[in-house]
Amino acid sequence: MQVKKTGCRLEVNGEVAECLVSPMTTLCEALRYELRLTGTKQGCDKGDCGACTVLIDGAPHLACLTLALTAQGRSIQTVEGLARGAEAHPLQDAFDRFGAAQCGFCTPGILMSAAALLEANPAPTRAEIQEALGGNLCRCTGYTKILDAIEDAARALDRRREAAAAALS
Amino acid sequence: MSDVISLKEAAQHHHPAHEADEAAARYAVLGQRNRKVDGLKKVTGEAVYADDIQLPRMLHAKIIRCPHAHAKILDIDASEALAMPGVVGFITGQDMPVKYGIIPWTQDEYPLAPDKGRYIGDGIACIAAVDERTAVEAAMRVRVLYEPLPAILSFEDAIARPDVVVNEIAKRGNVGKRVDLAFGDVEGELAGSDVVVEGEFYFENTTHTPIEPHCAVAHFDKGGRLTVWSATQVPHYLHRELARVLELEEAQIRVIQPNLGGAFGGKSEPFDLEFCVAKLAMVTGRPVKILYTREEVFYSHRGRHPMKMRFKTGVDKEGRIQAVRSQIAIDGGAYFSFGLVTSYYAGQLLTAPYRFPTYAFQATRVFTNKPACGPKRGHGSVQPRFAFEVQLDEIAEQVGLDPIEIRRRNFIGDFTETVNGQRITSNGFLQCLDRVEAASGWKAKRGKLPRGRGVGIAGSMYISGTNYPIYPNEMPQAGVQVKIDRSGLVTVFCGASDIGQGSDSMMAYILAEELGCRVEDVQVVSSDTDLCPVDLGAYSSRVTFMVGNACIDAGRKLKALIREAVAASWECAPEEIVAGGGVYAHALDTSRRMTSREAFRLAEARHATLGATGSYNTPKLGGDYRGGTIGASPAYSFTAHVAEVSVDEETGIITVDTIWVAHDCGKALNPMIVEGQMEGSAYMGFAEAIMEAQVYDERGLHRCPSLLDYKIPTAADTPALESLIVESNDPEGPYGAKEAGEGPLHPSIPAIANAVYDAVGIRLRELPFTPARVLAALAARE
Repeated sequence: MQVKKTGCRLEVNGEVAECLVSPMTTLCEALRYELRLTGTKQGCDKGDCGACTVLIDGAPHLACLTLALTAQGRSIQTVEGLARGAEAHPLQDAFDRFGAAQCGFCTPGILMSAAALLEANPAPTRAEIQEALGGNLCRCTGYTKILDAIEDAARALDRRREAAAAALS
Repeated sequence: MSDVISLKEAAQHHHPAHEADEAAARYAVLGQRNRKVDGLKKVTGEAVYADDIQLPRMLHAKIIRCPHAHAKILDIDASEALAMPGVVGFITGQDMPVKYGIIPWTQDEYPLAPDKGRYIGDGIACIAAVDERTAVEAAMRVRVLYEPLPAILSFEDAIARPDVVVNEIAKRGNVGKRVDLAFGDVEGELAGSDVVVEGEFYFENTTHTPIEPHCAVAHFDKGGRLTVWSATQVPHYLHRELARVLELEEAQIRVIQPNLGGAFGGKSEPFDLEFCVAKLAMVTGRPVKILYTREEVFYSHRGRHPMKMRFKTGVDKEGRIQAVRSQIAIDGGAYFSFGLVTSYYAGQLLTAPYRFPTYAFQATRVFTNKPACGPKRGHGSVQPRFAFEVQLDEIAEQVGLDPIEIRRRNFIGDFTETVNGQRITSNGFLQCLDRVEAASGWKAKRGKLPRGRGVGIAGSMYISGTNYPIYPNEMPQAGVQVKIDRSGLVTVFCGASDIGQGSDSMMAYILAEELGCRVEDVQVVSSDTDLCPVDLGAYSSRVTFMVGNACIDAGRKLKALIREAVAASWECAPEEIVAGGGVYAHALDTSRRMTSREAFRLAEARHATLGATGSYNTPKLGGDYRGGTIGASPAYSFTAHVAEVSVDEETGIITVDTIWVAHDCGKALNPMIVEGQMEGSAYMGFAEAIMEAQVYDERGLHRCPSLLDYKIPTAADTPALESLIVESNDPEGPYGAKEAGEGPLHPSIPAIANAVYDAVGIRLRELPFTPARVLAALAARE
């Protein structure tokens, strides 16, 4: 049945966007089909694959298990918001250089999980990275290049922080 | 242009594809870890996949699926559904009464079954509405009256109940295909062998699970042309079958494959959704989309055939193979799919890298009331490879040989022919064995690790495309069209499907190499049937070999024109012109140079508008007998793996610690991408060995149609994967390249099984190697 829709105000990647949703519209659907932010992918719509992972107030969440209306008033970050202007995020650059994105469908979700990890733990061990990606399935890579890329990005972010600290001192 | 010397060398040596490549440094682009041309689009969320397409006034449709394993359709009543607000269109099997199928001789499917459902999940009808939720609701209100029929759910049932016919295309009972081939006196050689080992093996049904579910969008425009965007890996075959089923001219149809979120063989034939969106778009006059639910992806399946295999191998005292005989029972599910080919591949692709003096195989594929099996990465040959490589390990033990040594001893060689008449060209299998032996520390580990830990080896071969197109024709298997102009841009148009394996990048690398421009000066327009010359698609590991050669063909035609124009301008011979990295230069006086853009302008002025086509077709190959061309490839890849495992004898849990993967890809055009294929393959084999099983209950209901219940490995489950590239430089491959996307899956499974034997002394012959099976085997050993 066509259900009556209500207004939904979402803060996505630092910008406020409004759309009409039904009470059961998921955040994944609202992002993809209403706001046209199709970088967030839907792989299972059941919370099993992690392709729809976005950050809500900095923590990774499955957008397919989050109702759009419940995400109001919170800060949502998607893969489209990862780059700083025209400059790719070190994770994005590393994924590209290491060939960590083959088909690329799991990639946005994995990048968001990895971004949250590196924010909380700037120098993770390989086992900690594997743990942090536990909710993200990739079917192409065997994960090796993904783990390599995240380790490389962690080092790049570390260098960036050191450079910033040196500039300040 | 940093390296003048390499350019001089290039001038003296036009490195035709058949010459061995001695100096990778000669290449400006190839052999390097270049970024992929679509990499940044994929990591930023910019890449557009099928479900990212939204068209104005677009409808959403849902397929009504059969809830019985086998049932006659008596009546379909959609009146209540059609009365719902927002419901716009409805079709059944009666609306598309033309059969299709990927193999021309086995066309046995309708887009929607008009007469009976053959498995739980078979498409019966389709309803379109203004949004997806309304379509789902409406689909639940379509009333279908069924008369349940007895269901055939196993190979044994299929044979025992010829009176219950699953699929009418079967000539006899439920047997869809039987292959029975023998080469030489197998029985005589077995009788004369010093050691004969016989055993039974079972390979479980597994499926692809690309992370992107199938999705298709269709638009039938007012000019009478149909456009279908689909998550397919075979736009060309989809194009043909759409025309056939919808009774349109092929020229009226445009098929576009957007970015594809994984395939692995699971999107290599047309599916119900593509026909349904097209038909509904024609009926309603509005664009229509179908996105499969994850559950529907499992029902659509076309994955790995379960096989029961009996193998018997005889060797002499030195461990040299004398005879191999296999009998293989294949449970195909409800439709043929690629099953005709699968039945041959189950035997045809086992005859290297070891020499079989005599060989016989029988394969029988039956229909059952389950989702149809088809091609999954390593089509048809992963299953017998598992069985044979485990049996070879048993033989090595019986004749007292190291498992690597027995494989060396039976090496078939290069530039030779297999017992079943397949031509072998380059063959780097011995180097693969050397590499994994050294990298794994084999000699210090095999038989010497503490109890519970072990290492195992296995080898394999695979095709780089096949010489036989799916429908017989004399046209090229791969075609490209290349345009260059005064802007400095090179645009290549090609029907090839980039499914994540990097074929768009491969084309850009080759054309940049050939035309002396930078990779970023090449734009790739692929998998759009209106714009691109035909390529048959991303299957049978054919794309790099065939499309790569087509790119070389077109690139060299254009390069000759450009060099001639530059030479005329400099008043020198065209042979003196070298190019690379966006610079054209005189080989002997590199102070004379210009950008590739300037060179293109000279060429456009001299020769007028510039373009060239390139194509590739295989030479005539294959044995002179029925089925002799199936499995015939212009080049074979070879692989060896060593797996190191730990087995917990209390819990039965196997932990695969590391897999060393050595693969002869001929020549790595981009080592990073080749490694990605090797690692992804090894991972997928590991997954089948340890956890994957697509199983059905006693009613034929899929027991695990979700990514929670159908287990696939996470990053934490996956072993360390170490890639070791071997380059044998194939004489006919593009710059020597062969396939890398499927071969490296095969040895994972038997290498793990053989490592488990080394660890705890049990032979695992049934997949997957679950803790229950391990514990049962340990108990039986005591």
